[in-house]
Amino acid sequence: MVQDLGRLKETASQTAGPYVHIGCTPNFAGIAGVYDADLGVSMVNDQTRGQRITVRGRVIDGAGAPLKDAMVEIWQADAAGLYNSPSDRRGIADPNFTGWGRCPTSADTGEYVFETIKPGRVPFKDGRLMAPHITFWIVARGINIGLHTRLYFADEAEANAQDPLLARIEHRNRVETLIASLEGSVYTFDIHLQGEKETVFLDI
Amino acid sequence: MSDMSNTKPETGAFFPRDRAWHAPALTPTYKTSVLRSPQKALLALDNTLSEITGPVFGHGMLGEQDDDLILNFAKPGESAIGERIIVHGRVLDERGCPVPGALLEFWQANAGGRYRHKKESYLAPLDPNFGGCGRTITDADGAYRFRTIKPGPYPWPNGPNDWRPAHIHFSVFGHGFAQRLITQMYFEGDPLIWRCPIVSTIPDRRAIELLIAPLDMANTIPMDARAYKFDIVLRGRRSTLFENRLEGN
Repeated sequence: MVQDLGRLKETASQTAGPYVHIGCTPNFAGIAGVYDADLGVSMVNDQTRGQRITVRGRVIDGAGAPLKDAMVEIWQADAAGLYNSPSDRRGIADPNFTGWGRCPTSADTGEYVFETIKPGRVPFKDGRLMAPHITFWIVARGINIGLHTRLYFADEAEANAQDPLLARIEHRNRVETLIASLEGSVYTFDIHLQGEKETVFLDI
Repeated sequence: MSDMSNTKPETGAFFPRDRAWHAPALTPTYKTSVLRSPQKALLALDNTLSEITGPVFGHGMLGEQDDDLILNFAKPGESAIGERIIVHGRVLDERGCPVPGALLEFWQANAGGRYRHKKESYLAPLDPNFGGCGRTITDADGAYRFRTIKPGPYPWPNGPNDWRPAHIHFSVFGHGFAQRLITQMYFEGDPLIWRCPIVSTIPDRRAIELLIAPLDMANTIPMDARAYKFDIVLRGRRSTLFENRLEGN
């Protein structure tokens, strides 16, 4: 026998279910008066530094139907590439930018929308810069454990070509599933849960 | 967003997730998972700053009744109907360290198993004094507590006669986005637990047992509310001692 490592096991995930909005976005669910506003609705204010962008898209199931009961959360660096988190010790992030957003997909169209800013570049473990990206976390009825993925930007081709995570994707035709297309100041990022266009999801 | 100036922020990568302990994505007896499960393998990568960091929420965001579901939707002088309970516990990481400042959000059906949601059509009535949402932030020991009524079981369109056990949904933020977790708490002794297709998405019986809150008579408030204890474990972190130093660190 050897010493016990003394580790606990992580609490097992369970689906968020169809009524996740009651707990996470109660005003969206029609439960008014408990919280002033739903958490994560607003990421920026009029003093936030950086280039304003809109990020929108849908979460699409294996039959091609958009999920109308999903919840999408995003986490990203500020315009200077700093995270608004005590675990980022490199500097003080923009106090007028939360870095975190939460949006339920529309019950009518299945679309999510974030008004945010384009993130700066963040270093990888070895000091190389990663391409600008936004981390996504998707939960819904039928999803047993939240799905992590990343959005990269179509107009950052040069940085994307050097990105350490994108470089790890063995099947090169799948890289494009992580690249949001650009029209005006709107980036569109559809997430395909399964099938031919399946988005690359991360174990991270 | 942070008011945790007394704690030394940790910057290490998280232990890898044990994906054999969690439910797989595809669990056909839970029917909705069939079209909503990725079919290709996940891309594994050690955490970067994007996963090591995460939003941290200050106590200032909480309203006075956010942790009291018996009162936070009730009309003045009234309260929700049902079995009055306290749910309490600690948020720890895999190393057994408390996770202070963790935001917990919870939601549930009322005593009759009815959710306050426009898509819900179960014939059990709404309780006019029960909304079904609450939230709190763990203290310096990682401890939390809230007051609610015990939710009822409810039927759902999966198999021809499937009923969810009584449960409370939990959404948890640790300190890094890689710790993000949503789960469900069940109640000791409920015979529906072992018949539920959502519970049984989890392959390991020990992992299921850790979702079942025991009755905690010692913390019951006499003549007021019974108590259930539910501890939550988030991913632990490696020490940063021998990792490449991050820029400016």
